[in-house]
Amino acid sequence: MMQTSLRRTNRFLQEPIGLAARLMLLAAAVLLVATYFFPLWNLTMFAPQYPGGLRLDIYSYTLVGGNQGQDITEINVLNHYIGMHALVNESFSEFQWMPFVIGTLGLLVLRAAVHGTVVALVDVTMLFVYFGAFSLWSFGYKLYVYGHDLAPDAAVKVPPFMPPMFGYQQIANFEVYSYPRAGSYAMFAVIALLVAAIGWTWWSRPRPEAPVAVDRG
Amino acid sequence: MVGSNRTPWAALSALVLVTLVTAQCTPSQPTARPGAGGTQSDLAQAAIKTYVAPGDLDEYYMFASGGHSGNIYVYGLPSMRHLSTIPVYAPYPATGYGFDDDSKKMLGDLTWGDAHHPALSETKGDYDGRWLFINEMNGRIARIDLRDFKTKQILGPVPNLHGNHSSSFVTPNTEYAMMATRFSRPVPQRAVGIDKYATEYKGIIAGVKIDPVSGEMSLGWQILMPPFDYDIGDAGKLVSDGWMFFTSYNTERATGSLEVTASQRDRDYIAAVDWRAAEKAIAEGKGEMIGGVRVLDPAKVPGLVYLMPCGKSPHGVDVSPDGKWIIGSGKLQGVTTAFNFEKVQTAIRNKDFAGDEDGIPVLKYESIKDAEIAVGLGPLHTQFGPDGYAYTSLFLDSAVAKWKLGTWEVVDKVPMSYNIGHLAGAEGDTVSPDGNYLVGLNKLSHGRHLNVGPSQPESSQLVDISEEKMKLLYDAFTEPEPHYAQIVKADKIKPIEVYPKDENKHPLAIWDVKDAGVTRNGNRVTVKMIAVRSSFSPTSFEIREGDIVTVAITNIEQTTDELHGWGLLDYNINLVVDPGETKTVTFTAKKGGVFAYYCTNFCSALHQEMQGYMIVK
Repeated sequence: MMQTSLRRTNRFLQEPIGLAARLMLLAAAVLLVATYFFPLWNLTMFAPQYPGGLRLDIYSYTLVGGNQGQDITEINVLNHYIGMHALVNESFSEFQWMPFVIGTLGLLVLRAAVHGTVVALVDVTMLFVYFGAFSLWSFGYKLYVYGHDLAPDAAVKVPPFMPPMFGYQQIANFEVYSYPRAGSYAMFAVIALLVAAIGWTWWSRPRPEAPVAVDRG
Repeated sequence: MVGSNRTPWAALSALVLVTLVTAQCTPSQPTARPGAGGTQSDLAQAAIKTYVAPGDLDEYYMFASGGHSGNIYVYGLPSMRHLSTIPVYAPYPATGYGFDDDSKKMLGDLTWGDAHHPALSETKGDYDGRWLFINEMNGRIARIDLRDFKTKQILGPVPNLHGNHSSSFVTPNTEYAMMATRFSRPVPQRAVGIDKYATEYKGIIAGVKIDPVSGEMSLGWQILMPPFDYDIGDAGKLVSDGWMFFTSYNTERATGSLEVTASQRDRDYIAAVDWRAAEKAIAEGKGEMIGGVRVLDPAKVPGLVYLMPCGKSPHGVDVSPDGKWIIGSGKLQGVTTAFNFEKVQTAIRNKDFAGDEDGIPVLKYESIKDAEIAVGLGPLHTQFGPDGYAYTSLFLDSAVAKWKLGTWEVVDKVPMSYNIGHLAGAEGDTVSPDGNYLVGLNKLSHGRHLNVGPSQPESSQLVDISEEKMKLLYDAFTEPEPHYAQIVKADKIKPIEVYPKDENKHPLAIWDVKDAGVTRNGNRVTVKMIAVRSSFSPTSFEIREGDIVTVAITNIEQTTDELHGWGLLDYNINLVVDPGETKTVTFTAKKGGVFAYYCTNFCSALHQEMQGYMIVK
């Protein structure tokens, strides 16, 4: 039984994928390009004296502050009072490797589309899910470190804290909102398209003509 | 006995009677003061019209001259709230003006000025929101850039002219601002006895050329005038574009106590100057150099100036929005006169002259006037509405008269408290006045406010002119001393909120704490300093007694309203540096010891900690 199942899986992995699945892969590749043009995440913080809010957009390769970049400077000025490290691109190794990894994954998606086997499709899907999960963990870890590694001689001592990764949190006089933006939605869409392509290929695979009945005879 | 008994009683009765009668006859003060109106609903209307809710913005800016305070005061209308002060001719520690090297140099040796007539720059006769010009009696004129509401240039004291009152009225495309002499004196300047006043003393009318791109002012031309007192001016517009008009008094050329000697003639003059002709004459190299300036003599350059007779000691001259009428107000009369520009041109063409003053043709009053309007006593200045109405301030009647151009009919009056001088309508001196509001810039307030002692504030009153009847809306007590004001729709002014870092080209600007510090060249020391919440870098520096020190402070903030001050104790220094700005102050370290510097302009929660020490060894 086990062997039969494995053999069947093997056979499925070697099978070519259909035109619809290939189009889904092309769409996924296009979406990956889009992640360069849209932020992955956004943090916005409001306080009485910042009625318009301070905004921070996180791209795969850079931080962009609202108000022509001024908001980052302002966030850093405020954070220095509690001894937080400055938010600067140099502190994010992610900005070095993320664009490269996204590019590589994009090429693998295209390879699957052209090469056209299920195994290539499954490989790139697994890699992508791993990349997504690692990135989220990395983002969370960065937030944790920023909120916990506070200078001991800071002017204002606050207990270490975890900034919000998703949703709303009140931090001192600030209401902080943290939500994924278009870039992340594109990433989720890419994963959805990859999984859909696998699913579509599975459900539309050619089935053997009732071989079981023949054997019994 | 009987008689002697009765006498005291009779006398007492008579005294009581007399007292009663006298008391009845003593006029009592009217109980009601001139106000917004009698009824509660009138007051409620006025309150609603002037109420700007917290967080809401006013509809208009008003730039009022600060008179001898040397400042410009900025108000919001209709709330009449004082929004800011722009120092121009006097040091103003609140913004550090007059303490840093640049503004100190601009002020020169004069630490006061008497600012009178602000003029917004214009394009095609309408306010364009770029610059504000403001004159000053010590022969100066300044330009404020409305991008940052800061004084950028002070031109003068300009040679030859003296007592620059008839200024700074601009031409319809801001080609020129005007300057003119109020106190004639010998030209060129020299000591000449007052007995030679009529012949040796001269007036000057000057055109200040304005660069159309940078706004930089330079002296365009000067015209040598008879020794009258030139008072107020206005530029022709549309049909009368190319002309400037200046009122003058003391055409008697009198000396002594002018209040009598200069009030003898029934008519003085409005000088009409063809400024394009002046421009051309200067370009052709005409005129002679006096005091380093090329001066035109109208006797030698015909067609440059004509004198229009105007009722007794005229003060204000105002050109109607269409440019057709020149309204001249004799301040010692009960009428204001509307001169017809077309008739002026015809008279000039026909050489319809009544004589001349030092070679300048005098036109005939009857040939050029359209009407004398019986506005009331002591007419001074006129502003305009969008619908053909004119508003004239009446100093003696203490009121504003509303009258119609063309029909010359006076339709309404509203009392002013008290003694209105100038008045300013919303865009009321442009080719397209807004109407809506009028502000009476009154000279006296006579206690219409909480008592603040003998030094009483001025009163400025907001009047609603949107309907047929004028309605007093609000009393504001403005800083001394508003003369003229300009009221401009708020959306025409687009100021920045911080100085963008990229635009800061100051050679001593630094943006990184690593670059902060002291460099020495002999006894000249330069301290490059950064100010950012909530510290200065360096936090201390050492110099030697006798050093000439330049401290250059860059506020590296790019956040709105994050100003930092730099007060150096015992050295009479206080700078205020706006976000993105670099300012320098140079001084000699005359006193040895330790001196604290600290942030004077509150910035942040740790503002009190923003301090440092200068150690002078």
